[in-house]
Amino acid sequence: MAVELSFTKEIENIMYASHGKPIKDCIQCGTCSGSCPAVEFMDNSPREVIGMIGANLKEEVLATNTYWTCASCYQCTVRCPAGIDIADMMYALKRYSMWKGQYKEGLLGPDFSEAFVKMIVNSGRSFEPILAATYLPKFSARDIIQEGLTATGLVLSGKMPLLPKKVKRLKNLQRMVRRIIPIGETK
Amino acid sequence: MKQYAYYPGCSLESLGKNYNLSALAVSAELGVELKELEDWNCCGATAYFPVDELLAYTLVSRNLAIAEKTGLQDFVAPCSACYKNAYTTNKYLKNDPDLAEHINYALEEDHLHVEGKMKVRHLIEVFIEDVGLEEIEKKVAHPLKGLRVAPYYGCQIVRPRKDKEDVENPQFFEKLLSAIGAQPIDYASKTRCCGGSLIITNRKAALDMVHKLLQDAVNSNANVIATTCPMCNVNVEVYQSQVNREFGTNFSIPVMYFTQLMGMALGIEPKRIGVGASMLALAQSTAN
Repeated sequence: MAVELSFTKEIENIMYASHGKPIKDCIQCGTCSGSCPAVEFMDNSPREVIGMIGANLKEEVLATNTYWTCASCYQCTVRCPAGIDIADMMYALKRYSMWKGQYKEGLLGPDFSEAFVKMIVNSGRSFEPILAATYLPKFSARDIIQEGLTATGLVLSGKMPLLPKKVKRLKNLQRMVRRIIPIGETK
Repeated sequence: MKQYAYYPGCSLESLGKNYNLSALAVSAELGVELKELEDWNCCGATAYFPVDELLAYTLVSRNLAIAEKTGLQDFVAPCSACYKNAYTTNKYLKNDPDLAEHINYALEEDHLHVEGKMKVRHLIEVFIEDVGLEEIEKKVAHPLKGLRVAPYYGCQIVRPRKDKEDVENPQFFEKLLSAIGAQPIDYASKTRCCGGSLIITNRKAALDMVHKLLQDAVNSNANVIATTCPMCNVNVEVYQSQVNREFGTNFSIPVMYFTQLMGMALGIEPKRIGVGASMLALAQSTAN
Protein backbone atom coordinates (compact mmCIF):
# COMPACT_ATOMS: atom_id res chain seq x y z
CA MET A 1 0.00 0.00 0.00
CA ALA A 2 1.26 3.44 -0.87
CA VAL A 3 2.46 5.56 2.02
CA GLU A 4 0.47 8.72 2.41
CA LEU A 5 2.70 11.78 2.49
CA SER A 6 2.34 14.25 5.31
CA PHE A 7 1.26 17.74 4.22
CA THR A 8 4.65 19.04 5.37
CA LYS A 9 6.42 16.58 3.10
CA GLU A 10 4.11 17.40 0.19
CA ILE A 11 5.03 21.08 0.41
CA GLU A 12 8.72 20.36 0.92
CA ASN A 13 8.68 18.20 -2.18
CA ILE A 14 7.58 21.10 -4.35
CA MET A 15 10.31 23.41 -3.07
CA TYR A 16 12.71 21.66 -5.38
CA ALA A 17 15.45 24.06 -6.34
CA SER A 18 15.61 26.16 -3.21
CA HIS A 19 17.01 23.24 -1.19
CA GLY A 20 15.88 25.10 1.89
CA LYS A 21 15.89 23.63 5.35
CA PRO A 22 12.84 21.46 5.90
CA ILE A 23 9.71 23.22 7.12
CA LYS A 24 9.59 20.78 10.03
CA ASP A 25 12.64 22.54 11.51
CA CYS A 26 10.41 25.55 12.33
CA ILE A 27 10.61 26.48 16.02
CA GLN A 28 7.50 28.73 15.85
CA CYS A 29 9.46 31.79 17.01
CA GLY A 30 7.48 34.21 14.86
CA THR A 31 10.46 36.13 13.45
CA CYS A 32 8.91 35.72 9.99
CA SER A 33 5.57 37.20 11.04
CA GLY A 34 7.26 40.05 12.89
CA SER A 35 9.40 40.87 9.84
CA CYS A 36 6.64 40.66 7.23
CA PRO A 37 5.58 44.04 5.76
CA ALA A 38 2.28 42.57 4.53
CA VAL A 39 1.32 40.54 7.60
CA GLU A 40 -1.58 42.79 8.58
CA PHE A 41 -3.31 41.93 5.31
CA MET A 42 -2.94 38.18 5.81
CA ASP A 43 -5.66 35.94 7.26
CA ASN A 44 -2.97 33.94 9.02
CA SER A 45 0.58 35.02 9.79
CA PRO A 46 3.45 33.12 8.15
CA ARG A 47 4.25 31.45 11.49
CA GLU A 48 0.65 30.28 11.80
CA VAL A 49 0.65 28.90 8.27
CA ILE A 50 3.77 26.81 8.99
CA GLY A 51 2.08 25.56 12.15
CA MET A 52 -1.07 24.73 10.17
CA ILE A 53 0.95 22.75 7.62
CA GLY A 54 2.58 20.78 10.43
CA ALA A 55 -0.87 20.08 11.89
CA ASN A 56 -2.05 18.76 8.51
CA LEU A 57 -4.77 21.44 8.21
CA LYS A 58 -4.84 21.22 4.43
CA GLU A 59 -8.29 22.73 3.82
CA GLU A 60 -7.55 25.66 6.12
CA VAL A 61 -4.24 26.32 4.39
CA LEU A 62 -5.94 26.21 0.98
CA ALA A 63 -8.54 28.69 2.24
CA THR A 64 -6.13 31.32 3.59
CA ASN A 65 -4.98 34.37 1.63
CA THR A 66 -1.56 34.40 3.30
CA TYR A 67 0.70 33.20 0.49
CA TRP A 68 -1.17 35.26 -2.12
CA THR A 69 -0.47 38.31 0.05
CA CYS A 70 3.26 37.59 0.17
CA ALA A 71 5.18 40.26 -1.78
CA SER A 72 8.31 38.05 -2.16
CA CYS A 73 10.56 40.48 -0.31
CA TYR A 74 12.48 37.67 1.45
CA GLN A 75 12.75 39.49 4.78
CA CYS A 76 11.48 36.32 6.51
CA THR A 77 13.88 34.12 4.55
CA VAL A 78 17.03 35.99 5.52
CA ARG A 79 16.00 36.29 9.17
CA CYS A 80 14.68 32.78 9.86
CA PRO A 81 16.87 31.33 12.64
CA ALA A 82 15.98 27.82 11.46
CA GLY A 83 17.17 28.64 7.93
CA ILE A 84 13.84 27.95 6.23
CA ASP A 85 13.31 29.74 2.91
CA ILE A 86 9.87 30.97 3.90
CA ALA A 87 9.28 33.23 0.90
CA ASP A 88 10.00 30.26 -1.33
CA MET A 89 7.59 28.17 0.71
CA MET A 90 4.94 30.82 -0.03
CA TYR A 91 5.56 30.22 -3.74
CA ALA A 92 5.26 26.47 -3.15
CA LEU A 93 1.89 27.05 -1.47
CA LYS A 94 0.75 29.19 -4.40
CA ARG A 95 1.64 26.36 -6.77
CA TYR A 96 -0.05 23.83 -4.54
CA SER A 97 -3.27 25.83 -4.47
CA MET A 98 -3.16 26.44 -8.23
CA TRP A 99 -2.69 22.75 -8.94
CA LYS A 100 -5.57 21.91 -6.64
CA GLY A 101 -7.57 24.68 -8.29
CA GLN A 102 -8.60 25.73 -4.83
CA TYR A 103 -8.10 29.20 -3.44
CA LYS A 104 -9.88 31.86 -1.48
CA GLU A 105 -12.69 33.60 -3.35
CA GLY A 106 -11.88 37.02 -4.79
CA LEU A 107 -8.09 36.69 -5.00
CA LEU A 108 -6.48 38.19 -8.11
CA GLY A 109 -3.12 36.45 -7.72
CA PRO A 110 -3.95 33.08 -9.31
CA ASP A 111 -5.53 34.59 -12.47
CA PHE A 112 -2.75 37.12 -12.74
CA SER A 113 0.02 34.51 -12.59
CA GLU A 114 -1.73 32.29 -15.09
CA ALA A 115 -2.28 35.17 -17.49
CA PHE A 116 1.32 36.24 -17.08
CA VAL A 117 2.69 32.82 -17.99
CA LYS A 118 0.34 32.57 -20.97
CA MET A 119 1.53 35.97 -22.16
CA ILE A 120 5.15 34.82 -21.96
CA VAL A 121 4.40 31.61 -23.83
CA ASN A 122 2.70 33.67 -26.54
CA SER A 123 5.34 36.38 -26.90
CA GLY A 124 8.36 35.79 -24.67
CA ARG A 125 8.05 39.31 -23.29
CA SER A 126 5.95 40.96 -20.64
CA PHE A 127 3.57 43.73 -21.68
CA GLU A 128 1.39 45.50 -19.14
CA PRO A 129 -1.72 46.33 -21.27
CA ILE A 130 -2.28 42.65 -22.11
CA LEU A 131 -2.23 41.78 -18.45
CA ALA A 132 -4.74 44.49 -17.63
CA ALA A 133 -7.41 42.51 -19.44
CA THR A 134 -7.17 39.76 -16.83
CA TYR A 135 -7.50 41.83 -13.70
CA LEU A 136 -9.58 44.86 -14.69
CA PRO A 137 -12.88 42.92 -14.77
CA LYS A 138 -12.39 42.19 -11.08
CA PHE A 139 -11.69 45.81 -10.15
CA SER A 140 -14.38 48.16 -8.88
CA ALA A 141 -15.57 50.94 -11.21
CA ARG A 142 -13.58 53.50 -9.25
CA ASP A 143 -10.39 51.44 -9.52
CA ILE A 144 -10.88 50.93 -13.26
CA ILE A 145 -11.19 54.67 -13.84
CA GLN A 146 -8.13 55.25 -11.68
CA GLU A 147 -6.16 52.60 -13.54
CA GLY A 148 -7.25 54.09 -16.88
CA LEU A 149 -6.06 57.53 -15.87
CA THR A 150 -2.71 56.18 -14.66
CA ALA A 151 -2.23 54.21 -17.89
CA THR A 152 -3.20 57.17 -20.09
CA GLY A 153 -0.71 59.32 -18.21
CA LEU A 154 1.99 56.73 -18.79
CA VAL A 155 1.25 56.48 -22.51
CA LEU A 156 1.23 60.27 -22.89
CA SER A 157 4.52 60.64 -21.03
CA GLY A 158 6.05 58.10 -23.41
CA LYS A 159 6.64 55.56 -20.64
CA MET A 160 4.16 53.01 -21.93
CA PRO A 161 4.60 51.59 -25.42
CA LEU A 162 1.45 50.83 -27.37
CA LEU A 163 2.66 47.66 -29.03
CA PRO A 164 4.08 44.55 -27.40
CA LYS A 165 7.49 43.15 -28.31
CA LYS A 166 8.13 39.52 -29.07
CA VAL A 167 11.22 37.34 -28.92
CA LYS A 168 12.45 36.40 -32.39
CA ARG A 169 12.87 32.68 -31.78
CA LEU A 170 9.38 32.35 -30.34
CA LYS A 171 8.73 28.90 -31.82
CA ASN A 172 11.86 27.56 -30.11
CA LEU A 173 10.84 29.12 -26.84
CA GLN A 174 7.40 27.53 -27.09
CA ARG A 175 8.91 24.12 -27.80
CA MET A 176 11.18 24.65 -24.78
CA VAL A 177 8.16 25.30 -22.60
CA ARG A 178 6.47 22.14 -23.89
CA ARG A 179 9.43 20.09 -22.72
CA ILE A 180 8.69 21.31 -19.19
CA ILE A 181 4.90 21.38 -19.05
CA PRO A 182 2.24 20.13 -21.41
CA ILE A 183 0.60 23.35 -22.52
CA GLY A 184 -1.18 22.33 -25.71
CA GLU A 185 -1.26 24.55 -28.76
CA THR A 186 -0.57 28.24 -28.46
CA LYS A 187 -2.01 31.01 -30.53
CA MET B 1 36.63 49.35 -21.96
CA LYS B 2 35.35 46.25 -20.16
CA GLN B 3 32.33 44.58 -21.78
CA TYR B 4 29.33 43.24 -19.94
CA ALA B 5 26.40 41.10 -21.09
CA TYR B 6 23.46 43.42 -20.50
CA TYR B 7 19.99 42.10 -19.73
CA PRO B 8 17.71 45.18 -19.61
CA GLY B 9 14.48 43.30 -18.83
CA CYS B 10 10.97 44.13 -20.05
CA SER B 11 10.34 47.08 -17.74
CA LEU B 12 13.26 49.02 -19.13
CA GLU B 13 11.58 49.05 -22.52
CA SER B 14 8.33 50.45 -21.16
CA LEU B 15 7.79 51.95 -17.71
CA GLY B 16 11.49 52.10 -16.95
CA LYS B 17 12.59 53.75 -20.21
CA ASN B 18 14.36 56.55 -18.38
CA TYR B 19 16.25 53.97 -16.38
CA ASN B 20 17.57 52.35 -19.55
CA LEU B 21 18.49 55.72 -21.06
CA SER B 22 20.38 56.85 -17.99
CA ALA B 23 21.97 53.43 -17.39
CA LEU B 24 23.43 53.42 -20.90
CA ALA B 25 24.55 57.05 -20.76
CA VAL B 26 26.24 56.74 -17.37
CA SER B 27 27.87 53.43 -18.30
CA ALA B 28 29.36 54.95 -21.45
CA GLU B 29 30.66 57.87 -19.41
CA LEU B 30 32.33 55.53 -16.93
CA GLY B 31 33.87 53.19 -19.48
CA VAL B 32 31.42 50.35 -18.88
CA GLU B 33 30.36 48.79 -22.16
CA LEU B 34 26.93 47.19 -21.91
CA LYS B 35 26.29 44.71 -24.74
CA GLU B 36 22.59 43.92 -24.87
CA LEU B 37 21.84 40.18 -25.09
CA GLU B 38 20.33 39.07 -28.38
CA ASP B 39 16.72 37.86 -28.27
CA TRP B 40 16.34 37.76 -24.48
CA ASN B 41 13.02 36.82 -22.89
CA CYS B 42 11.09 37.96 -19.82
CA CYS B 43 12.59 36.75 -16.51
CA GLY B 44 9.13 36.24 -15.05
CA ALA B 45 9.56 38.65 -12.13
CA THR B 46 7.41 37.11 -9.41
CA ALA B 47 4.75 35.64 -11.69
CA TYR B 48 6.26 32.36 -12.98
CA PHE B 49 6.90 30.78 -9.60
CA PRO B 50 3.24 30.38 -8.57
CA VAL B 51 2.69 28.32 -11.72
CA ASP B 52 5.69 26.05 -12.18
CA GLU B 53 9.10 26.14 -10.55
CA LEU B 54 11.03 24.28 -13.23
CA LEU B 55 9.45 26.40 -15.96
CA ALA B 56 10.46 29.54 -14.05
CA TYR B 57 14.10 28.47 -13.77
CA THR B 58 14.17 27.31 -17.39
CA LEU B 59 12.95 30.63 -18.77
CA VAL B 60 15.52 32.50 -16.68
CA SER B 61 18.18 30.00 -17.82
CA ARG B 62 17.51 30.79 -21.46
CA ASN B 63 18.84 34.31 -20.84
CA LEU B 64 21.81 32.99 -18.88
CA ALA B 65 22.59 30.54 -21.72
CA ILE B 66 22.46 33.34 -24.31
CA ALA B 67 24.83 35.33 -22.10
CA GLU B 68 27.23 32.40 -21.70
CA LYS B 69 27.39 32.10 -25.49
CA THR B 70 28.81 35.63 -25.76
CA GLY B 71 31.97 34.57 -23.94
CA LEU B 72 31.61 37.53 -21.58
CA GLN B 73 31.91 36.92 -17.85
CA ASP B 74 29.34 39.23 -16.29
CA PHE B 75 25.57 39.14 -16.63
CA VAL B 76 24.33 42.59 -15.68
CA ALA B 77 20.73 43.43 -14.80
CA PRO B 78 19.51 46.89 -13.81
CA CYS B 79 16.21 45.56 -12.40
CA SER B 80 16.26 44.02 -8.93
CA ALA B 81 13.67 41.36 -9.82
CA CYS B 82 15.58 40.28 -12.96
CA TYR B 83 18.78 40.35 -10.95
CA LYS B 84 17.41 38.16 -8.17
CA ASN B 85 15.96 35.64 -10.60
CA ALA B 86 19.16 35.42 -12.63
CA TYR B 87 21.33 35.32 -9.53
CA THR B 88 19.44 32.53 -7.76
CA THR B 89 18.92 30.46 -10.94
CA ASN B 90 22.60 30.73 -11.79
CA LYS B 91 23.50 29.55 -8.28
CA TYR B 92 21.13 26.57 -8.46
CA LEU B 93 22.45 25.59 -11.91
CA LYS B 94 25.97 25.55 -10.58
CA ASN B 95 25.15 23.52 -7.48
CA ASP B 96 22.60 21.09 -8.83
CA PRO B 97 23.61 19.02 -11.87
CA ASP B 98 20.24 17.28 -11.85
CA LEU B 99 18.35 20.56 -12.18
CA ALA B 100 20.81 21.72 -14.84
CA GLU B 101 20.18 18.55 -16.82
CA HIS B 102 16.41 19.07 -16.79
CA ILE B 103 16.84 22.67 -17.90
CA ASN B 104 19.36 21.85 -20.60
CA TYR B 105 17.00 19.25 -22.02
CA ALA B 106 14.46 22.05 -22.58
CA LEU B 107 17.08 24.53 -23.81
CA GLU B 108 18.06 22.13 -26.61
CA GLU B 109 14.95 23.32 -28.42
CA ASP B 110 16.59 26.71 -28.79
CA HIS B 111 20.06 25.24 -29.45
CA LEU B 112 21.33 26.55 -26.14
CA HIS B 113 23.24 25.12 -23.23
CA VAL B 114 23.72 26.56 -19.77
CA GLU B 115 26.31 25.85 -17.09
CA GLY B 116 25.70 28.57 -14.55
CA LYS B 117 29.10 30.14 -15.09
CA MET B 118 28.09 33.80 -15.45
CA LYS B 119 28.84 36.25 -12.70
CA VAL B 120 25.39 37.76 -12.13
CA ARG B 121 25.44 41.36 -10.99
CA HIS B 122 23.21 44.33 -10.48
CA LEU B 123 24.27 47.41 -12.43
CA ILE B 124 24.95 49.38 -9.24
CA GLU B 125 27.52 46.74 -8.21
CA VAL B 126 29.38 47.17 -11.48
CA PHE B 127 29.70 50.91 -10.88
CA ILE B 128 30.74 50.55 -7.25
CA GLU B 129 33.02 47.50 -7.50
CA ASP B 130 34.48 47.67 -11.00
CA VAL B 131 34.59 51.39 -11.74
CA GLY B 132 35.08 52.25 -8.08
CA LEU B 133 33.86 55.10 -5.92
CA GLU B 134 37.10 57.04 -6.19
CA GLU B 135 37.01 56.94 -9.96
CA ILE B 136 33.36 58.05 -9.99
CA GLU B 137 34.15 60.89 -7.60
CA LYS B 138 36.92 62.06 -9.92
CA LYS B 139 34.50 62.27 -12.84
CA VAL B 140 31.83 64.27 -11.01
CA ALA B 141 31.39 67.61 -12.75
CA HIS B 142 28.40 68.91 -10.77
CA PRO B 143 28.36 67.47 -7.24
CA LEU B 144 24.75 67.24 -6.02
CA LYS B 145 25.62 69.38 -3.02
CA GLY B 146 22.94 69.69 -0.37
CA LEU B 147 20.55 67.33 -2.14
CA ARG B 148 19.03 65.10 0.54
CA VAL B 149 18.55 61.72 -1.08
CA ALA B 150 16.72 58.77 0.47
CA PRO B 151 18.51 55.69 -0.88
CA TYR B 152 15.77 53.15 -1.44
CA TYR B 153 17.23 49.68 -1.80
CA GLY B 154 13.94 47.82 -1.85
CA CYS B 155 14.08 44.08 -1.34
CA GLN B 156 15.42 41.88 -4.08
CA ILE B 157 18.71 43.71 -4.60
CA VAL B 158 19.78 42.67 -1.10
CA ARG B 159 17.64 39.61 -0.41
CA PRO B 160 17.79 36.64 -0.42
CA ARG B 161 21.56 36.92 -0.61
CA LYS B 162 22.83 35.13 2.42
CA ASP B 163 26.36 35.22 1.07
CA LYS B 164 26.42 39.00 1.38
CA GLU B 165 26.90 40.13 4.93
CA ASP B 166 24.94 43.35 4.75
CA VAL B 167 21.35 42.21 4.25
CA GLU B 168 20.07 44.11 7.30
CA ASN B 169 21.85 47.42 6.93
CA PRO B 170 23.61 47.71 3.58
CA GLN B 171 25.68 50.84 2.99
CA PHE B 172 26.77 50.66 -0.65
CA PHE B 173 24.01 52.94 -1.97
CA GLU B 174 24.83 55.63 0.62
CA LYS B 175 28.50 55.46 -0.35
CA LEU B 176 27.66 55.90 -4.02
CA LEU B 177 25.43 58.91 -3.25
CA SER B 178 28.21 60.48 -1.19
CA ALA B 179 30.63 59.95 -4.06
CA ILE B 180 28.43 62.08 -6.33
CA GLY B 181 28.23 64.80 -3.71
CA ALA B 182 24.68 64.15 -2.50
CA GLN B 183 23.67 63.77 1.11
CA PRO B 184 22.27 60.28 1.78
CA ILE B 185 19.70 60.30 4.55
CA ASP B 186 19.26 57.52 7.06
CA TYR B 187 15.73 56.17 7.43
CA ALA B 188 14.27 52.91 8.65
CA SER B 189 12.42 51.81 5.50
CA LYS B 190 15.36 51.69 3.11
CA THR B 191 15.17 47.93 2.62
CA ARG B 192 11.49 47.53 3.43
CA CYS B 193 9.48 46.17 0.50
CA CYS B 194 7.51 48.73 -1.57
CA GLY B 195 4.81 46.17 -2.37
CA GLY B 196 5.52 46.35 -6.09
CA SER B 197 4.55 42.77 -6.83
CA LEU B 198 1.19 43.31 -5.10
CA ILE B 199 0.19 46.53 -6.83
CA ILE B 200 -2.12 44.66 -9.21
CA THR B 201 -3.14 41.65 -7.14
CA ASN B 202 -3.55 43.29 -3.74
CA ARG B 203 -3.82 47.04 -4.23
CA LYS B 204 -4.77 47.73 -0.62
CA ALA B 205 -1.70 46.04 0.85
CA ALA B 206 0.60 47.56 -1.78
CA LEU B 207 -0.63 51.12 -1.24
CA ASP B 208 -0.21 50.68 2.50
CA MET B 209 3.41 49.65 1.97
CA VAL B 210 4.10 52.58 -0.38
CA HIS B 211 2.44 54.92 2.10
CA LYS B 212 4.70 53.83 4.97
CA LEU B 213 7.78 54.19 2.81
CA LEU B 214 6.84 57.67 1.56
CA GLN B 215 5.98 58.83 5.08
CA ASP B 216 9.30 57.63 6.40
CA ALA B 217 11.31 59.31 3.63
CA VAL B 218 9.37 62.57 3.98
CA ASN B 219 9.75 62.53 7.78
CA SER B 220 13.50 62.35 7.24
CA ASN B 221 13.31 65.49 5.07
CA ALA B 222 14.42 63.79 1.89
CA ASN B 223 14.28 65.94 -1.28
CA VAL B 224 14.19 62.91 -3.51
CA ILE B 225 13.90 59.12 -3.30
CA ALA B 226 16.49 57.21 -5.33
CA THR B 227 15.74 53.71 -6.60
CA THR B 228 17.64 50.78 -8.10
CA CYS B 229 14.66 48.97 -9.62
CA PRO B 230 11.97 49.88 -12.16
CA MET B 231 9.29 48.12 -10.10
CA CYS B 232 10.08 50.18 -7.01
CA ASN B 233 10.37 53.34 -9.05
CA VAL B 234 6.99 52.98 -10.72
CA ASN B 235 5.32 51.89 -7.53
CA VAL B 236 6.65 54.76 -5.46
CA GLU B 237 6.33 57.44 -8.15
CA VAL B 238 3.21 56.64 -10.16
CA TYR B 239 1.06 55.49 -7.25
CA GLN B 240 1.79 58.52 -5.04
CA SER B 241 -1.46 60.17 -6.10
CA GLN B 242 -3.44 57.04 -5.22
CA VAL B 243 -1.73 56.91 -1.84
CA ASN B 244 -2.70 60.54 -1.29
CA ARG B 245 -6.32 59.78 -2.12
CA GLU B 246 -6.40 56.67 0.03
CA PHE B 247 -4.67 58.07 3.10
CA GLY B 248 -5.49 61.79 2.83
CA THR B 249 -1.81 62.62 2.53
CA ASN B 250 -0.15 65.19 0.30
CA PHE B 251 3.02 63.56 -0.95
CA SER B 252 4.75 64.91 -4.02
CA ILE B 253 8.31 63.75 -3.56
CA PRO B 254 10.34 63.16 -6.73
CA VAL B 255 11.54 59.60 -7.37
CA MET B 256 14.63 59.03 -9.50
CA TYR B 257 16.79 56.17 -10.61
CA PHE B 258 20.27 56.19 -9.10
CA THR B 259 21.59 56.35 -12.66
CA GLN B 260 19.72 59.62 -13.27
CA LEU B 261 21.32 61.17 -10.18
CA MET B 262 24.71 59.90 -11.31
CA GLY B 263 24.10 61.30 -14.77
CA MET B 264 23.27 64.73 -13.36
CA ALA B 265 26.43 64.69 -11.25
CA LEU B 266 28.56 63.56 -14.18
CA GLY B 267 27.20 66.47 -16.20
CA ILE B 268 25.39 64.42 -18.81
CA GLU B 269 22.77 66.30 -20.83
CA PRO B 270 19.39 66.00 -19.02
CA LYS B 271 17.50 64.61 -21.99
CA ARG B 272 20.01 61.76 -22.34
CA ILE B 273 19.14 60.61 -18.82
CA GLY B 274 15.41 61.35 -18.91
CA VAL B 275 15.59 64.13 -16.35
CA GLY B 276 13.03 66.92 -16.53
CA ALA B 277 13.42 70.62 -15.83
CA SER B 278 11.75 70.51 -12.41
CA MET B 279 14.27 68.01 -11.08
CA LEU B 280 17.21 70.04 -12.37
CA ALA B 281 15.83 73.13 -10.69
CA LEU B 282 15.51 71.25 -7.40
CA ALA B 283 19.12 70.03 -7.56
CA GLN B 284 20.33 73.53 -8.39
CA SER B 285 18.32 75.15 -5.61
CA THR B 286 19.75 72.83 -2.95
CA ALA B 287 23.27 73.43 -4.22
CA ASN B 288 23.02 77.16 -3.58
